[in-house]
Order: sequence, then C-alpha cells, then structure tokens
Amino acid sequence: MFQLRIHGRGGQGVVTAAELVSIAAFVEGRHAQAFPSFGSERSGAPVVSFCRIDDREIRVREPISEPDALIIQDPTLLHQVDVFGGLSDDGYILINSSRSLQELGLGELSERFRSERMLAVPATDLAREYLGRPLPNAVLLGGFAALTGLISIDSVAAAIRQKFPGPVGERNVVAARKAFEHVRAERGEPARA
Amino acid sequence: MLKQEEGSRAVAEAVALCRPEVICAYPISPQTHIVEHLSDLVRTHDLDPCEYVSVESEFAAMSVAIGASAAGARAYTATASQGLLYMAEALYNASGLGLPIVMTVANRAIGAPINIWNDHSDTMSQRDSGWVQLYAETNQEALDLHIQAYRLAEEISLPVMVCMDGFILTHAYERVDVPTQEQVDAFLPAYEPRQVLDPAEPVTIGAMVGPEAFFEVKYLAHAKQMQALDVISEVAADFAAAFRRESGGLLRPYRADGAETIVVALGSVLGTIEETIDELRDEGVSIGALGIKTFRPFPLDEVREALADAKRVIVLEKALAVGIGGIVSANVRMALSGVQLHGYTVIAGLGGRAITQQSLRRLFKDGVADKLKPLTFLDMDWELVERELERMRSGPSGPHEQNMLRDIGVVAAGSH
Amino acid sequence: MPYQELKMYQTGTFVVGNRLLDPDQRSVQARVDRSNALTSGHRACQGCGEALGARYVLDTAMSATGNQLIAANATGCLEVFSTPYPESSWGLPWIHSLFGNAPAVATGVAAALRAKGRDEVRVIGQGGDGGTLDIGFACLSGLFERNDDVLFVCYDNEAYMNTGVQRSGATPPAARTATTKPVGDEPGNVFGQGKNAPLIAMAHEIPYVATATVSELRDLEAKVERAMEFRGARYLHVFVPCPLGWGSASRDTIRIARLAKETGLFPVFEAENGEVVSVSKIRRPVPVEDYLKLQRRYAHLFGDNGRPDVIARLQEIADRNIRRFGLLGKDEGPPGEATDAAGLPPGQQGPVEAADRETNLMRLLAETHHGAQ
Repeated sequence: MFQLRIHGRGGQGVVTAAELVSIAAFVEGRHAQAFPSFGSERSGAPVVSFCRIDDREIRVREPISEPDALIIQDPTLLHQVDVFGGLSDDGYILINSSRSLQELGLGELSERFRSERMLAVPATDLAREYLGRPLPNAVLLGGFAALTGLISIDSVAAAIRQKFPGPVGERNVVAARKAFEHVRAERGEPARA
Repeated sequence: MLKQEEGSRAVAEAVALCRPEVICAYPISPQTHIVEHLSDLVRTHDLDPCEYVSVESEFAAMSVAIGASAAGARAYTATASQGLLYMAEALYNASGLGLPIVMTVANRAIGAPINIWNDHSDTMSQRDSGWVQLYAETNQEALDLHIQAYRLAEEISLPVMVCMDGFILTHAYERVDVPTQEQVDAFLPAYEPRQVLDPAEPVTIGAMVGPEAFFEVKYLAHAKQMQALDVISEVAADFAAAFRRESGGLLRPYRADGAETIVVALGSVLGTIEETIDELRDEGVSIGALGIKTFRPFPLDEVREALADAKRVIVLEKALAVGIGGIVSANVRMALSGVQLHGYTVIAGLGGRAITQQSLRRLFKDGVADKLKPLTFLDMDWELVERELERMRSGPSGPHEQNMLRDIGVVAAGSH
Repeated sequence: MPYQELKMYQTGTFVVGNRLLDPDQRSVQARVDRSNALTSGHRACQGCGEALGARYVLDTAMSATGNQLIAANATGCLEVFSTPYPESSWGLPWIHSLFGNAPAVATGVAAALRAKGRDEVRVIGQGGDGGTLDIGFACLSGLFERNDDVLFVCYDNEAYMNTGVQRSGATPPAARTATTKPVGDEPGNVFGQGKNAPLIAMAHEIPYVATATVSELRDLEAKVERAMEFRGARYLHVFVPCPLGWGSASRDTIRIARLAKETGLFPVFEAENGEVVSVSKIRRPVPVEDYLKLQRRYAHLFGDNGRPDVIARLQEIADRNIRRFGLLGKDEGPPGEATDAAGLPPGQQGPVEAADRETNLMRLLAETHHGAQ
C-alpha cells in the first residue's frame, strides 16, 4: 500500500488533490481511498488530506501517520506544522515553491531522507501561467507522477478531466504536464513518460 | 458501474435509483453532500417525478416525510447528530404509525460540547425509537443498504435508518459499484402502502389510544421488528443473488470461527479492526471479529451463536452511555446471558478521535492477555482529564472545553 | 346575480338563512348532501366553538373540492374529541401526527400528491392556537415561505384548552388561564405579549389570509370557498369561543363570537398577497365590557375589586383595531356580493335592540311581499 499525505491551507484545493490522485489510481484499475482531515476548513487554516493506493481493497480508515510521500502545497506551513512527521526514510517530498529546498531552509532534510526523492516545483507559477489562477493542486500532481512513478501522467490527466470537464480541466492538464516535464528535467530523465 | 467517488455521492445515487417521490432536506454536517446532489438530480429532472422540499428544521423534515409517506409516496431524508435529536419526537411517531421512511444518518457526535466529527452517539440515542438500524462498514455497503432498506421498510411497514460514519465514510472517495436503474427496479418494486390517505377510501391515521389498547399496539411494533430479523436476512440474500456481492444482513463474522478472542464492533472501524486481526493472526494469535450490521432489531440469537464458543469478547464501541458505560456491550451481554466468558468494553473514537491500527494492536494484545479492565477508554488523555478534575476540586473553574483546549494548545494554533 | 334585500334575525342561520334564499346562496351546511366530514358522535363539550367551526370549514372545503380533500390535524381538542379509539368522527382521509408538525405533515401530503400528479386532491391542515402559533410556528412559517399548496386553519380559542386551559401566544391580555391567574401585579395574562397570527401570515405575502368567527357562519363558509380558489399557501384564522375554558355559558358561544367582532377586539377581514382586500364592518361598535362580562375568565375585572383601568386598556386595543383595519361603517366587500339593506351580507347582523326588531320584521314582510329586486 502506498500512502500519500498532502498539506496545504484551506481554499488551496488540498482535498481535491487527494481525490484526483485516487481517481488516477482508479483509472489504472487500482483501489484508492482519499479523505480529508476534518479540521476547521476555513480559508487559510492548515488542511491535510490523505490518499491510500493499493491493489486490493483498502480496509483501514485512520489518518495517515506514516506516509510514503508528502506533497506540500504551501511552503509557509513548513516551519509551522510538523509536515514531515512519520515520513518513511525512503519517502518522497514534493514542495510547491519556486525556490530550491536549500533556499527554503530544508537543506538538512537530505540527511534524513533520500535527496533524489525530494523536489521543489514552482506549481503556483505554472498555474498562474497556464490557468490564470494561483491554484497549484492539480499542477502538483503532474510533478508527483514524475517524482514517484506511482501514477502515470495520462492517468492524472484523465482524473483532472473527469473532475473538471471542459476548458478548466484542459488547462489544468496542460499545466500538470508542464510540471511533469519540469520534474523529469530536474531529475535528468527524458521528458516523455 | 464502477466509479471512484465520494461516499455521499454514492449514497445519493443509490437513493435516486430507488425512485423516491418526496425528498425533504435540512442541511447538517456531514450529510449535506447527499442532499445537495439529490437536489441537483431533481432540478435536472434526472430524478422525476420527485418533490424536493427544503424544510425549515429536521423536525419538519421528518414531519414532511410522515405526511408524504402516509399519502403513499416513497419518502427520504438524511440527518446527523443534533438534527436526529431534534426530530426525535417525529421518529417515534413515524415508527408508531408504521411508515416505511428511509433515512440516512451520517453518524456524528452529540454536543455539548459541539463536535461535528464521527461517533455513534446519535443513532445509539435513538435505538429505542422503533426504527430499524443498519450500520454500513464501507461506502459500497452504505449504497447497497439504502436499496435494501426500502425493500425491507415497505415489506414490514417500519421506517429504517441507514447509519454511515460521518466524514470517515461520507467524505471518503473510494471505489463503488453503482447498480443500474434496471437492476434496482427489478429488486425494488413500487411502493404499495398498507394504509394510505386517499379520498377514495378515507381512513383516520393517528387516533388516540388509551390504556385498553396501547399495550397491544406497542407490542405489534416489537413483533414487527422481531419479524424483521428474518426479513433482513432474506433481503440480504436476495440482494447478494441479484447484485452478486454480500452486503448487509444481520452480522458479519471475520475469521471468528474457533477464535478464542472475538472483537465486536459496528461501522467503518471494522475495516481497521480486520487489518489488525490479520496482523495478529499472522503472529499466531487466535482472534477474530464480529461486525454487527443490524443493531435494531438486535440479533440476540445470532450474536449468541457467534460468540458462545469464544473465551473472551471485546466490544469496541463509538458511544458512551454516560453514567453507566457501554451501550453495544450491554446489548451483547444480553445475548450472552448464561454464557461464561470474559467480556471487555472499550469506548473509542468519540468525537472523531482516530482509532489507529497501532492502538488496536496494543489493545487486542492486552485483551488476549486478560490485562484489560472491564471498561477501557481507548487513547484517553488521562493527564488532561486529571488536570481538569483537579481544577474542579479547587473551586469554580470555568468551562471544561476552554480549559482543556488551552492545555492542549489547540485554541491558539489551528487544529490539523 | 340578483340579490334579495333581507333583514335577518340571528335566530338561527338554518331557518332564516336558507329558506328565503336562492339555492345557490344557501349555506353548505344547509344542504342535504353535505359531506359531514366531521360527523356526529364526537366528544366535544356542549357549546364548543371549535367543533362548530371545524364542521363548517370541512364541509365547505369538501364541497369546494368535490370531496377530494385530505386533512392533517395537530394534537389538541379537535383531534382528541374526534378520535377516541376505536372510533373516529372523520369522514375524510385524516392524519394526526404530532402537536407541532401539522403544517409540515400537510406539506408532506401535498408534496406526495404533486409527485403522483394528483392535482385535484387538496390538502387542509388544522390546529388550535397553541399548535399553530407556538409549538407549530416554525413549521407554519416554513409552509408559508415555500408557498406550499395547503390551506391551514387555526381554530383560536386563545389558550391550551385540551391540557387544562394554560396560556398560549394567543391568549389576550388580562384573560385568566391556569398559568395566568388573577394574582400578582398584573391580574390575568400580561399586556404587551402575544402574536398576531393573521398579520404574520400576511407578512409572508401568501396568496390568501382571512379571519372569521363562528358567529358569521356564512362568512366562514365563503372564506373557505374563496381560499380553495387559490393555489399555494393560505391561512384562515377562526375565532372559536370555548365555554369551558372561558367560563361562559354554552349557549353564548355564537353571541360571544359576534361580540368579539362587534367590539373590534377580533377584526374580521381578508387579505391577498399581504394586503387587506376586504373588511367586515362594524355598524355599531359595542363596548368591550359587553363582551368581557359574559366570560368568567375576565370576572376579576369586574365587581368590588374590579379593574376599570384594565378594561380601558382592552378598549384601547379594540379602538386601535377599528382604526387600523377601518372597521367602522357599512360592509364594502367584494363587488357583486349580496348585502342587506344595512350593508351586511345575508346572515350577518349586529346586535339589534328590541325596538328595532319590530320595525325590521315589518320591513321584511313588506319586501318579500313585493318580491325580490
């Protein structure tokens, strides 16, 4: 089972991001369970969502305390909330930022975790460019697909289109693909899946 | 058709497939997504003919359902927690009048203190209302139970509440198989009321009944629920045959055959329990689980049969009868009257406190070693409690919630 | 439509109100084929205003709908005296659910009928003042707000009678009830409280609101007929004296109801979409004492320890109603409606002095001799 935890703030589409991952996994014929931490969901408050993916039915229902991957949609949370709590040593970290991990003050993380599995993606910038709105959630999933290989970028695209039919979805797909390519490039891998 | 969608939406689709004629909705977390989606379906005429009534309270919601059902319409509503309590009077009225209303309850804690997260206090508080109570373990089961519920309700002329854990199920995205309209139509015929308000044949519904007959009328409600024990199993069997999956029924044992220790529970926590059972079984522990799917009527004989050969029973429940202890365990104990075994009650998950596999593992191991007290509060912060009790001992201390939240440091920071 | 100018005596609406009228102007109650929707054998008190009002309302509604009517009833006297298990007085489909939910149950019935495409079947909800104004108020307001297709009728006897005469939101100031006894600083019910249900109904701007009393039974019937011409939410507030609760003689029920209107204490009017469209006039206003002294619930205002100051305040209320609703004068009423020589519709009459009676009788005989105009 793969466990993903997404951190962000209310209004940033954190819950939707987890749902999209679950739909992408479903598209690939896998079982997936996505749900939010049910805190006070007022705009701006820290929000967490979860997604489990497995090849068999997922029965467990608790929040994810030992994630295999983290997506951090809002870097202002980094030093406010313990976003890294429980992350396995082989865990993946994807942070939405145009700055590098060093610049974010996360240099020491590479001592705890695997540096090739940690990356910053300027998802908000990409979202502004391709969506006209600073909504990075779907965009980040493109980066997530590239970083972990857990779900394909085509599945991510299918999930986005299912949840957001029409031009909004299409623009998000374009931006997600850009993020995918960005991460691939960062890791020195070929851009096509 | 297989879909990956939110539990609420799956339930709304199932309800729509049952062709309700009157839906009355009052919003309350965490049921709102269900009634919102049904509203969309009515507006687009996907659900037609159907009258969607936006009522002014839950008391009104159940009352509108009563009027609609008495006039021969298939009626539906949904609620949770405070809303369920607000309609309590109407619940008893609906069951007393034998109206086959189906209602979703998105299980949620009851205040004070106000809390929107999951536990079973709400439906447990209405266990004596005369309604049939079914508990779903997964969103698939929640979907399926609504279809079974209408069949059951209309056959025995009693209302049925389908209980699903608020947020944990309602707001979780997972894979569900949504039946087709043809499948549901074949399983669920049109509603044929036993009594109906119709100018063609006027009847008086809701007369006053004095001491000379009330006892008998009330007994009939009990008799109907006893009949329901058989009907529930039949409907579940028919469902399995028609839809090719097991859903509902009275009980679901999990690796309980020959188990020395059996854990009893209701609802979604059974999933986490089953994972923990597997883990412990791999380590050679003789342990199993018993999921109670139907809480009212309570399947006394079936529970007894399932548990009688075990050495110990751990009842894990998400409700607390303040002043005495467990509710489910008291019902289970009734089933086990005369049987010798160790019984443990564990209260867990109140107000949405997460029940983790790790905690359950520890708990079950203690249980197997008979190290548990008769009544355990899982993952209770005893320090926090002690501090507050100490405050109370030293004079007027202010509201408990305020003091304790401050201790945890939750008030200043946002919760996460 | 020709009208007959008649001067009526209130000797009984059956005798005078029908024999001398054209058949289509006769009351529903006078018809041999009336539905008897609330039939005899119920357990109401002698002189019960509510039983009288309900009988008229329901038979009229049945007649207006071709007997396609379903009733939802709140808990209260009407429900209790009409359905002592195993008997029922109801000749129409009837449901009693709870005390506070009659409007919502009616809404549910109407919704079911609409879903089933049975537009021809209509719904009436009914309850007393307690069930309608207090405990059922939220449901009533919801019904109005949604404009549900229900006629809701409140039989107002100004207290919770069935449970032993306790004060409700409709209990008038100074009235004695079991919870507002004539003790303490303010004897009887206090001033400055209470709800005006018809005005509140009008504030919801529903299609039709009307008030009526059991002294003008033809008027009551006419209002039910009028109400059934509309679709959507309609409200009828009927003033029904309760001999037991008010401490009045059972033979005075109709008289007391008339006095309530003639003093101005109970304005009788119709409103559509939130605006008054017709008013039943008071030809000669009667001082409130004449109304109050017939009821023991006001006895503490009279006698040695009487309270003329309180009576004066009650008079102010009556005067204010007269001003506010324009109650003085001859009836205008909707155009085309028959009125008698004094401007009152057939069957209605203010209290008449003895001297007048003889003159009136002579005039009546003279007019009928000359035939209808």
